[in-house]
Amino acid sequence: MEIIMSIVIGVCYACAVFLLLQKRLLQIVLGIALLGHSTNLLIFVASGLHGNSVPIIQNGLKELPLIAVDPLPQALILTAIVIGLALFGFSLALAYRCVAVLGHDDIDQITHTDTLDDPISKVDSKVS
Amino acid sequence: MSNLLTLPLLVPLISATFGILARQHANVQRWISLAGISVYLAIGFILISHVLDQSYLTAQVGGWQAPYGITLVADLLSAIMILFTGLIVFSVLLYSLMTSKPCGFSPAFHPLVHFLLMGASGAFLTGDIFNLYVCFEIMLMSSFALMTLEGKAEQTEGAVKYVVLNLLSSAIFLAGLGLLYAKVGSLNMADISVISQQAVADEKVGPIRLAGLLFFVSFSVKAGMFPFFFWLPASYHTPSPPVSALFSGILTKVGVYALIRLHTLVMPGEVLGYKLLLTMGVATMLIGVFGAASQMHIRRILSFHIISQIGYIVVGIAIKTPLALASAIFFIGHNIISKGNLFLVAGLASDIVGSEKLHKTGGMWKAWPQLGIIYLISAFSLAGFPPLSGFVAKFSIVWATVESQLWWVMAAAIFTGLFTLYSMMKIWVEVFWKDHPDPDRDLTLGKNSRRLMPVSLLAGIIIFLGLGGGPLFDICLRAGEQLVNPAGYIQAVLGEIT
Repeated sequence: MEIIMSIVIGVCYACAVFLLLQKRLLQIVLGIALLGHSTNLLIFVASGLHGNSVPIIQNGLKELPLIAVDPLPQALILTAIVIGLALFGFSLALAYRCVAVLGHDDIDQITHTDTLDDPISKVDSKVS
Repeated sequence: MSNLLTLPLLVPLISATFGILARQHANVQRWISLAGISVYLAIGFILISHVLDQSYLTAQVGGWQAPYGITLVADLLSAIMILFTGLIVFSVLLYSLMTSKPCGFSPAFHPLVHFLLMGASGAFLTGDIFNLYVCFEIMLMSSFALMTLEGKAEQTEGAVKYVVLNLLSSAIFLAGLGLLYAKVGSLNMADISVISQQAVADEKVGPIRLAGLLFFVSFSVKAGMFPFFFWLPASYHTPSPPVSALFSGILTKVGVYALIRLHTLVMPGEVLGYKLLLTMGVATMLIGVFGAASQMHIRRILSFHIISQIGYIVVGIAIKTPLALASAIFFIGHNIISKGNLFLVAGLASDIVGSEKLHKTGGMWKAWPQLGIIYLISAFSLAGFPPLSGFVAKFSIVWATVESQLWWVMAAAIFTGLFTLYSMMKIWVEVFWKDHPDPDRDLTLGKNSRRLMPVSLLAGIIIFLGLGGGPLFDICLRAGEQLVNPAGYIQAVLGEIT
């Protein structure tokens, strides 16, 4: 089971990286979201898959059974999901704003803050 | 046990919350904000005096004992970071209260700054590595919003690069965290330190090193190190000047702080390659300073200099002797103040001359010599002239390289200092010395003269750090010794368990 899940996570990461390398902003935002989900899955699987052995001390026992799922990674993932949701929401809003202000969402054209000013020609570029 | 440690988190949270409630009353909100940061600064001073007294302060949140609960820890490094963060945020808020730029008037500005402050203090104080991640995210989220607050085209462009690369680095951090937890079964940094020292002794360091490398890449992105710095010069010059000053003072320094903790506490010993860190530090110094030399825009030059200064700090971290770590800590403090002040001065000057592009500026020295002097103090401090803070910082870093006989690093550090001076003089000549290209431009100050107050305050701190360098450096040296021997930190957090 771990091996299958590892392959699934690898494929998820590959898709996320593929999306991140695309030219359109929306694809990049989706790539970030997928990257977050792959990471959540990674944490989940890395902590071990133990079927349905819930970490609850049964009636009459004083300690957990020998094989029990560690609940902490799930708490971590829950936190990460909430944070991821907020960041995803912000990224979508940013992408929308980008299209509204710049009129396109082509990453190759979002270069104005990186290009050098030409000290000789005194004409301002449109965005600088 | 100390409840004092919760205050640097609670005070910004409270001021931010009340700031949101008072969003329709701009004046009330400003007073809340100023009161909040003053209290924070006072707590910073109290905290450092306690830590100087007792070496370590710990608080087990909710009474859950470490390593099961979340621990807040303050050693000297944390206390110093909190104090300097408080100083720069105080000056930036003072500056923004006196500016007429729209950013100062946006009802979201003050609460966001306080949330940023809360995230940064959390990162400095937490002893739990997952909490470090959460605090990073709080800080990032506020910084995203601050950067795009005015919604201009250039800010949107800068923010796209900033947001994407920082989210990528957060995902890498989280992945490393998951793998590390799977291997060591603990999130408490002191506990992880014990386990990873054991792993080094048993020579079973592989999986821990994997997680360590993921952390390393993530923190390097956040610190703006070579080769991961590209987001920084693409975005830091776009928001309004107070926000730039805030970012340069806090964000990259939190990345560096995390790197120090990783290198000295979480992964002690030779888990991370020391040569790799050293080479990256030198490359960061050189690339930053060359990048700055090619720019013709005030805040872009300053942004590239952030990168080159990070290089010095990383060199100090890599060498990892008490002296080198102490000089790295002193450098962080000096850099927060000097660099922040340069951004504020740049904002003030560009408001008056009407542009940040060097060929369109000029005439400031005649119109406004006070600002010229403040600029020179900060710029010379950055370049490392005595008797200013930069001299103490750079001298101690160079001394640490001499002590470890790393001559090539020493040569690179001195060379970078000279080139820093070149860029600083470029700004000086173009903005202050030459005449303004438009002879009819009105260069009078008007209400802007009030903003001299916060920048003079910071210039005063720069001189104080330089003149009082000896005793202050002794404190940093104590901090460096604490970092080199994590046993004290572990003892303070875990108590009798060790």
